[in-house]
Amino acid sequence: MPIMQDSREATMAGRRSDGSPVKRPLSPHLQVYDMLQMTSALSISSRITGAAWSVGLVLMVWWLVAAAAGPEAFAGVQWFMSSFLGMLGLFGLTAAAWFHTLNGVRHLAWDAGYGYQIQDTYRTGRWVLIGTAVATVLTWVLAFIAWG
Amino acid sequence: MATFTLPKNSTIQPGKTHKVEAGAKNVKAFKIYRWDPDSGENPRTDTYEIDLEKCGPMVLDALIKIKNEVDTTLTFRRSCREGICGSCSMNIDGLNTLACLKPIDDNVSGEVKIYPLPHLPVVKDLVPDLSQLYAQLRSVEPWLKSETPPPPDGERLQSKDERAKLDGLWECILCFCCSTACPSYWWNGDRYLGPAVLLQAYRWIADSRDEATGERLDNLQDPFRLYRCHTIMNCARTCPKGLNPAAAIGKIKQMMVERET
Repeated sequence: MPIMQDSREATMAGRRSDGSPVKRPLSPHLQVYDMLQMTSALSISSRITGAAWSVGLVLMVWWLVAAAAGPEAFAGVQWFMSSFLGMLGLFGLTAAAWFHTLNGVRHLAWDAGYGYQIQDTYRTGRWVLIGTAVATVLTWVLAFIAWG
Repeated sequence: MATFTLPKNSTIQPGKTHKVEAGAKNVKAFKIYRWDPDSGENPRTDTYEIDLEKCGPMVLDALIKIKNEVDTTLTFRRSCREGICGSCSMNIDGLNTLACLKPIDDNVSGEVKIYPLPHLPVVKDLVPDLSQLYAQLRSVEPWLKSETPPPPDGERLQSKDERAKLDGLWECILCFCCSTACPSYWWNGDRYLGPAVLLQAYRWIADSRDEATGERLDNLQDPFRLYRCHTIMNCARTCPKGLNPAAAIGKIKQMMVERET
């Protein structure tokens, strides 16, 4: 007998009309629930952007290590970062970082006891989405101006 | 471990379609989850066409009409038909709600999709097994606990302000729409108590007459029981009574912090 990992397994045991045992099905969840509603959609996005940002920081380490390693290595990284794929990745990371930061502020507000009303949750959710778009574009505009 | 797909015995097969009688003008289709323990088959979705001219306004009216007139084997829980018993909670068009409080969409082009409450064992058709949720409710001891004996000549009194703290909590009818709407409860429901039970826990923590607040908080001081709430807010979004379990959980978390300082 395998060890039961989840105590809910016990409630999966059912009976047919004749008394013989039957394994009950699990009712559908992700398959039928409206996962695009703002509440759960922003929540999972917060996790995904947090993970993406962590991975993205490896890129920055690569860049710093290359800068320390010498001009050739640095030129290689610079070439990749300014390629179309590199730019796309950096743009995505900028958006992820902004989203995660702004949604983090939303979480701080919740932890301080504010913004639990469902209409407030939707309003602050929209602010986070608009804020992410504006801040991401602004970051890139400023970056292009700074780099010339 | 969270499993995002359904087990092999739970995947849903296409089912039968029950056509409406000829001559009906305002026809709405209801796609309903079916599972019969005696059949030995996987769950399926049957489609029932209903003439809305001959049906009450709510989704529960349609379910009762189907059971009375089309298919007596359709199984679901219902009792009060006015949103106070909490029996007919189910997943309708992607959100958990009470079938008796959910109006049938007048736009007859789309179908109404009806499933049991998500991520629970199915007893039959739209009837899920709630024993885990009831066991968890029992674990928070949802009754008044007091050392002080009650006054000999009357009730334990509360001020208006103290009583007002229970508003938004006492109205819960334990339909479990919220707990089964919570992705964290889906993945961690073996140890996480879920929004419905935590709202009940807070209902007693917030009660000025209750003297077991410290004990109740001790019981919830656990990485899973309370802190698997990640403020997803699906609970408040779906509650058919307009309550806010997430806010109640937030208050418990705040009390946890405050008693440490």
